[in-house]
Amino acid sequence: MADALIAVALLLVAVSATVAVVTRDPVRQALVLAVLGIVLAVLFTVLQAPDVGLSQLAVGSALTPLLLLLTVRKVRRRAQDRDGGR
Amino acid sequence: MGVLPYLVAVWIFLAGCYGLATSRNLIHAVGCLAVCQSATYVLLLAVGYRDGATAPVFSDVEPGSRPVVDPVVQALALTDVVVGATVTALLLALVVQISKRHGTVDPDELSELRG
Amino acid sequence: MSPRLRLWLVCAAGSGLAALLVAACLDLPGFGGDRHPYGDRAVDASLARRTANTVASVNFDQRAFDTLGEMSILFAAVLGCVVLLRQTRDEHRARPEPAHVDRPVRRYTLLVLPVALLTGLYVIAHGQLSPGGGFQGGVVAATSLHLLYVGADYRALERVRPIGVYEVGDALSASAYVVTGCAGVLAGTAFLANTLLPYGTFNTLSSGGTVPLLNAAIGMEVACAVVVLLARFLDQAVEIEEVRSL
Repeated sequence: MADALIAVALLLVAVSATVAVVTRDPVRQALVLAVLGIVLAVLFTVLQAPDVGLSQLAVGSALTPLLLLLTVRKVRRRAQDRDGGR
Repeated sequence: MGVLPYLVAVWIFLAGCYGLATSRNLIHAVGCLAVCQSATYVLLLAVGYRDGATAPVFSDVEPGSRPVVDPVVQALALTDVVVGATVTALLLALVVQISKRHGTVDPDELSELRG
Repeated sequence: MSPRLRLWLVCAAGSGLAALLVAACLDLPGFGGDRHPYGDRAVDASLARRTANTVASVNFDQRAFDTLGEMSILFAAVLGCVVLLRQTRDEHRARPEPAHVDRPVRRYTLLVLPVALLTGLYVIAHGQLSPGGGFQGGVVAATSLHLLYVGADYRALERVRPIGVYEVGDALSASAYVVTGCAGVLAGTAFLANTLLPYGTFNTLSSGGTVPLLNAAIGMEVACAVVVLLARFLDQAVEIEEVRSL
């Protein structure tokens, strides 16, 4: 039973990591990374590592995507300003 | 199960590397680096797992009554998750600077600028 | 380098690396095996020092020096972000307009915020007993403050978040970790050795010697670091604009 759970979680992680890499638009990638963070947290919990699961949940699903989105916003806003100024 | 967890870690790492090498946007590249990092957590925790064991926390388990998984690799992965996020932040700060100085975040255009 | 040549190079190098990694995986001890010599010794040492959460014991007692290194990376990364994302001379601050927030959104965020903050502090405080600790709780507590940005507006967030205070807090907690380590030296043992305080009763808040102290220092450090980082990025994304030169 535990083995089956671990196998499912592992495959989910592999799939979401692949999707995160092939998603070329950074905004969509940030969302996929949030999903990857949650799936990783599930995997870590199944692997009996609640400490790591907790920190992955906080960091992977909230902090990293938020930082990526803020950077995208900054970079795009600059590009718009420049094009508008010309 | 056998080696499946290790192979998944290898797959995630290689996928992240592929994304890094073919990325056309530095923000996307930083995201791929985060994917590479998660491969190391999967590998570490897979090495420390023990069949039929419980988490190494004894607040509600009598010590010695059940086998527990390896806490050392968990401690390594745990600190790296948080520290890795701040390093990601530093890289993103560099990306913001690059976009300010050069007006682009495409690595190919950046290398043309220099030449 | 042309994109096609690069793709070819990536495939060649990647397949070589893949072959080596798979060969290494086949030689690793099998998944779920019963032989974990380091883990067993770490569990014994943790129980001897009456720390219920073995992971916290590894982080803040047996490998406390390693955590000092991790903390320095964290501190250096935050310092680098603060320097890179400062306001330069050709930029100015634009006050963002207060955005309209729907009433249900506002109500539920204001309801969730104290719960999330309290959860973060609880996770930090019980690090030596249950899963959690300074690293996780710090992130939760810091991100929970940013619910204000969702529920109210940017100015409300700025009011509860004087950045200077958090920068000082970051430095203070980093030095608190080092000072706790040095106290061990002054007491006649070794740097960061957990011999300073009595180990206490197993499974109570004050158990584990210096583990709760170091844990609290890391919790404060991580919380302040995340607040400062997000503040810098939010400043760049929301407020700071370039002055049009023409």
